[in-house]
Amino acid sequence: MKAGLAFLSAICLTACGDDATSTQSPPAQPQPLQSGYEFLQPQTQALQDDDFANPGFLWIDRGEALFTKAAASGEACSDCHTDTSLPLAGAAAHYPQIDSGSSDLINLEGRINLCRTRHQDEAPLEYESDELLSLTAYVAYLSRGTPISVDIEGAASDWYARGRDYFEARRGQFNLSCTQCHDDNWGKKLRGDTISQGHGTGFPAYRLEWQSLGSLHRRLRDCDAGVRAEPRPFGSADYLAVELYLAKRAEGLEVETPGVRR
Amino acid sequence: MRTALPVLAMTLLAGCSGETTSRLATPVEITGDEITAPLLGLQGDAVRGETVFADREQGHCVLCHAVEGLDAEFQGNVGPALTGVDARLNEGQIRLRVADIQSLWPDTLMPSYYRSGGLNQVAPAYAGEPALTAQQIEDLVAYLGKLDGERT
Ligand code: HEC
Ligand code: HEC
Repeated sequence: MKAGLAFLSAICLTACGDDATSTQSPPAQPQPLQSGYEFLQPQTQALQDDDFANPGFLWIDRGEALFTKAAASGEACSDCHTDTSLPLAGAAAHYPQIDSGSSDLINLEGRINLCRTRHQDEAPLEYESDELLSLTAYVAYLSRGTPISVDIEGAASDWYARGRDYFEARRGQFNLSCTQCHDDNWGKKLRGDTISQGHGTGFPAYRLEWQSLGSLHRRLRDCDAGVRAEPRPFGSADYLAVELYLAKRAEGLEVETPGVRR
Repeated sequence: MRTALPVLAMTLLAGCSGETTSRLATPVEITGDEITAPLLGLQGDAVRGETVFADREQGHCVLCHAVEGLDAEFQGNVGPALTGVDARLNEGQIRLRVADIQSLWPDTLMPSYYRSGGLNQVAPAYAGEPALTAQQIEDLVAYLGKLDGERT
């Protein structure tokens, strides 16, 4: 009977798309690993390549100004982060990560908000606000060209498994998983779009469809809405977990912020 | 024990998705790889079916499938081209593939357009509803059933 039950629950787990034995193994990386950039039209690539034409730099310039502006407490980000003390070049390539203070998983947006509350005596910025997007884009830009490398050991391992589950689970009225598009069908055409491998390396990115810069979580909400699933909230635990899984899956690609996408 | 097991398995499976309703929007008889009878006994219309096929607000099948001669730009290629599909599939086979292709090939990228139950995290606006109505599916079957030959 015991064996029978275990067998049954194994069926149940498989049916839900989360196979407990495989969640800790390395992600199935699409081969060869290619950034979303490779799947863009030449004119969109040209827009990303030209720092003067790339619209993402409007946010980066605003982000740089916010970075050096003193908060009410008197401290600016740039007072703590200089080239020699707590430098940020390369830092963004290692997010999301576990915050040692709270033991929570945080992404770059979360780290910026923690700095505001812990060190600047400021309220956290709202997700997708122009200020948080600008600061995040600026800090990510300081890592442009740095290979992604995240830690999925220790406290991060449960998050990683959760992100993988989300990536592999079917959802929405169309009953599709991220895997089905971005692992199994990349390179093929969905109408005018070429399905890429679904890496987050260009984010925050400027999307022509948005006519704006947006976060990775905004992109994930669009993919969820595309299969008629209820999107998760910005900054939700599920999307943080997916962000970690995506970063591990993209390991070897470089930070591209500000990416330009269709 | 013998009889209890399948029931247990059903409950466990249903427990995964949090839904216990039947899979399709209305009861449908599947024979082999076909649904032989028109859904709800409705009569399809090929002209309307072409619109359902191309329209972004309806089937939007061109997202993944191309049909030669159809007036729609950027037709997708994630699924096979459907030009001449009626030469390889009969109406009943086409009906099942549009209504519930995931029952034939669980891993397919194509949605099951008449499925409304046993799904996960569906947006409230679509919950409990199939992606297409029985009439829209019959219209598609009429359209796809005539792609190869003379239109009557
Ligand atoms: C039905 C197909 C489909 C599904 C399912 C899907 N996506 Fe996407 N995704 C796309 C398309 C199309 C794009 C836009 C073109 C591109 O960049 O791939 C995209 C873009 C993305 C991007 C941006 C890539 C870039 O370089 O800008 C990410 C990240 C992504 N998807 C992740 C996900 C995740 C995570 C899920 C599940 C929660 C998911 N996708 C589900 C089709 C899909
Ligand atoms: C997201 C992608 C996608 C969409 C949208 C889609 N399909 Fe499909 N379709 C496929 C794939 C992939 C297959 C091949 C089945 C397989 O091997 O998984 C397929 C197969 C089929 C077949 C069987 C073809 C054959 O030769 O066996 C028919 C008929 C069909 N689709 C009709 C439709 C209709 C009608 C619609 C719209 C209501 C539609 N499809 C929407 C991806 C899609």
